[in-house]
Amino acid sequence: MKEKLAPLSDDRIAYLEGLVRQGKTAAALFTQFTQQDVDRIVKAMVLAGLAQAQYLARLAIEETKLGVLEDKAIKNMVATEFVYDYVRDKPSVGVIREFPERGLTEVAEPIGLIFSITPVTNPTSTVLFKCIMAIKTRNAVIFGPHPKAWQCCREAIRIMYDAAVKHGAPEGVFTCVESPTIPDNVYLMHHKEIKLIDATGGPGAVKAAYSSGKPALGVGAGNTPVYLEKTAQLDMAVVDIITSKTFDNGTICASEQTVVIDDEIYDAVIGKFAELGAHICDARETELLGRTLIDPETGAMRPMAVGQRATDIARVIGLRVEPGTKLLIAPILGVGPGHPLSVEKLFPVLSVYRAKSTEEALRVCIDVNHAGGLGHTAVIFSRNDEIVRKFSEVMDAGRIIVNSPGSIGALGGVYNDMVPTFSFGCGTGGGNSTTDNVNLYHYLNLKRVARRTQAHMWFRVPNQIYFNMNAVENLRQFPSRSTLIVTNPMLEQMGLVDVVRRAIPAGTSVRVLAIPDAEPEVKVVMHGVEALNLHQTDQIIALGGGSVIDAAKIMKLKYESPDADLDELAAPFLDIRKRVVRYPARKADAVRLIAISTTSGTGSEVTPFAVLIDKERGRKVTLADYSLSPDVAIVDPQFVMSMPKGLTADTGIDCLTHGLEAGVSIHASPYTDSNAMQAIRLVFQYLPVAYEQPRNEEARSMMHNAACIAALAFSNASVGVNHALAHAFGARFGIGHGRANALMLPHVIAYNASVPTKFMPSPNQRAYVAHKKYAIVADLLGLGGDTVAEKVNNLVIATEELLDRLRIPRSIAEMGISEEEFERAMPDLAKIAFDDPSWRSNPRMPLVNELVELFWKAYRGRGAARTAGASARTAAKEWSHV
Amino acid sequence: MTTNAMWIQVDSEHTEAFRDEAIARLTRAEDDVVLDFSFVKRLDTKGVRVLEELAGLAEDQSVKLVLRAVNMDVYRVLKLLKLAERFTVLT
Repeated sequence: MKEKLAPLSDDRIAYLEGLVRQGKTAAALFTQFTQQDVDRIVKAMVLAGLAQAQYLARLAIEETKLGVLEDKAIKNMVATEFVYDYVRDKPSVGVIREFPERGLTEVAEPIGLIFSITPVTNPTSTVLFKCIMAIKTRNAVIFGPHPKAWQCCREAIRIMYDAAVKHGAPEGVFTCVESPTIPDNVYLMHHKEIKLIDATGGPGAVKAAYSSGKPALGVGAGNTPVYLEKTAQLDMAVVDIITSKTFDNGTICASEQTVVIDDEIYDAVIGKFAELGAHICDARETELLGRTLIDPETGAMRPMAVGQRATDIARVIGLRVEPGTKLLIAPILGVGPGHPLSVEKLFPVLSVYRAKSTEEALRVCIDVNHAGGLGHTAVIFSRNDEIVRKFSEVMDAGRIIVNSPGSIGALGGVYNDMVPTFSFGCGTGGGNSTTDNVNLYHYLNLKRVARRTQAHMWFRVPNQIYFNMNAVENLRQFPSRSTLIVTNPMLEQMGLVDVVRRAIPAGTSVRVLAIPDAEPEVKVVMHGVEALNLHQTDQIIALGGGSVIDAAKIMKLKYESPDADLDELAAPFLDIRKRVVRYPARKADAVRLIAISTTSGTGSEVTPFAVLIDKERGRKVTLADYSLSPDVAIVDPQFVMSMPKGLTADTGIDCLTHGLEAGVSIHASPYTDSNAMQAIRLVFQYLPVAYEQPRNEEARSMMHNAACIAALAFSNASVGVNHALAHAFGARFGIGHGRANALMLPHVIAYNASVPTKFMPSPNQRAYVAHKKYAIVADLLGLGGDTVAEKVNNLVIATEELLDRLRIPRSIAEMGISEEEFERAMPDLAKIAFDDPSWRSNPRMPLVNELVELFWKAYRGRGAARTAGASARTAAKEWSHV
Repeated sequence: MTTNAMWIQVDSEHTEAFRDEAIARLTRAEDDVVLDFSFVKRLDTKGVRVLEELAGLAEDQSVKLVLRAVNMDVYRVLKLLKLAERFTVLT
């Protein structure tokens, strides 16, 4: 049963409310202060504290009967001078840090009224420290000192307060609970005006703070293990340990508790301890210490010994030691129950343990750490960096002190560059929220001002593109020992492989790998990799449409990086710069990949994409990375002169879709726009000619260029919802990619040109511009129209007319798909289209029901598209800025 | 705000004199009383006390107390102390 606390009297409550009222007002007024104001006040306080360091030390000794006067005076000086050295140049008001390159600013916000508990072991130094932190951060504090140290704390607070108010601090900025009790603390901890509890005290106070439901800073109990490793500088180590463990009679909770000493140096170390004034206990004396100083029931140290001199402790328990003995050293044989001296001892009694090996030493240190000291402090003396690293990994301690005294080292700023503090965060191991040395940043709310940043963009393309009739002749400039031509059987039969062979420099070993003319399967790719290995290939020439070139890209990847996991590389991503999976780095002796396209649509000869069919798992895998882009692209129209009319139409519309989608993509840039617009212009001008006059060299050449140019655009700006719809629909009904795109295209233009239901998040877009960009396309094509809406509609109509001229079916219905069948497929179509990554660069974020609507519009055909065109015209009028 | 409201210039250098004048006007006010904060850059403890007192008096008298030209730092203090709600604050 928990002991019930006595209720507070009305007078006491009124008293505490008065403190809160003062603190709350002071905290509010403090928000008006500038950095100069607080820095001026802090300096005055520090000087006042320094001047009274000895006086306050004496008060603390007189009241608490703990510790050493000289050491307490030093602690007061550290709490003022060293802390000031740390905070003096640190901004703590308003803007405190700026990261212009990241568009980020940090603004400091005071917390308000803090309730602060201070300990009996370091009373005045903790008060001085906390007063400085509070003023530096513009907070007010009510102090709840330990009941056995409240008078010296009250005096320390008075000294700080007088100096602060004299230099402009708000009245009531510090107050002290007089004759404090636990019920006082509980009342204040739960007070709604207390914004933070800073509990530097015993486990009970810390637990109460964390249980209050308020934000709290706490500390944990220590039980500092020390590993004195055989490579250590022994003289330094022994002096440091004595200095630390006897400092203020061991009252600092970071001080050494058990020293684990390597066997090889054990005797020498013990000898040095004895030489320098330590009493080495024998087994009987060790047992006496354990029995008298540690409570056998609780296993904790007895308060009567805390902060007392070694000689006084010895005298009280009947242990005979030399006058002037500084430290009692007790050899122990283990840690935990049965070894009472292995716990925390805030007095000058130090356990030592002889370890036969490094492993044993580390194990015992871990045991000590876990015997009441989790999260606090651990110390190692060693010149072996590897052992120091290992020690730091296995110790659960917020502070790992190396080759220096634990207590003074942990305070920070004296033996190392840690932040000076009088409050040790012990992390979750110690039940705290931080492992930090508590400092001014824990007394601030940091506000981050995040300015809009533009993502870095790029325009990455193969560095060599050869075009126009007979561009294949450029192959002569690429030396190779062993070249593999990847192609399909039909192109070989047509003699196109021979055209390529003739352009390859003499002396090159050339082999041909004919693969099926279909999206490549894994086994086809792996077969190609075997061929590349067999012939030690240094150059791949991919001759074919998108499927062949994609296959060659993946063959190259697996040839150069056999361990590349295609499944992993195909993992989805939202932003290519932040993707989870990294492609293998390009190798110095990379194989050259030359792509010669035999269709005018996909642009695969310059794109960083490749599609792979995984038949075993029944799925399609899309790989995307600039390392997949061919090194050289050859855009030679002689390879497309005999393309059939249907293929000419479908691939040409694929190219148009690439241009239009890249043009309105959220990743569009002036670089991609120039390519997209030019490609669109070329398609409208030359596709009908190439379709109607297949041997027209100029039309074929320009369409071949258009496909490549559109691919340069979408390689960098990506595509959009048209592709997502076409992928889903094409795969389900076995419709070619270009034709599937064509059926969707007019509807998607109308859709993107209207007011989005949902906008696509994009830092690079400062407004919705899709409709305006379509209007620019219309202007480029000379389609007429006075308003954006009219121009968009004219583009829809022009696109429909182009499709009609290419004899592309007017609707999905015309493809022979019944309405019932289409309806049955719709849930899957919508799901697959929504899962497709293509739409993530679409200007308008498609909702699932909108995808369904688009599918149905495409099903009903271009009549619906004209309606859509009209609706686009209507919708575009909704744009207030048009 | 009615046009016949009484205006008082708040003088943060002479808080006592300001308090006395404000109380005198409040006690005989039949209409709004406007405290002009144009020259007040910062509030201090005394100022807060006076405002608390005036707020109480205005509530007792059912007179609207208007704080005019309050800067944002001062307004924030009034919000933190839950005083802003007791006045009509014009920034």
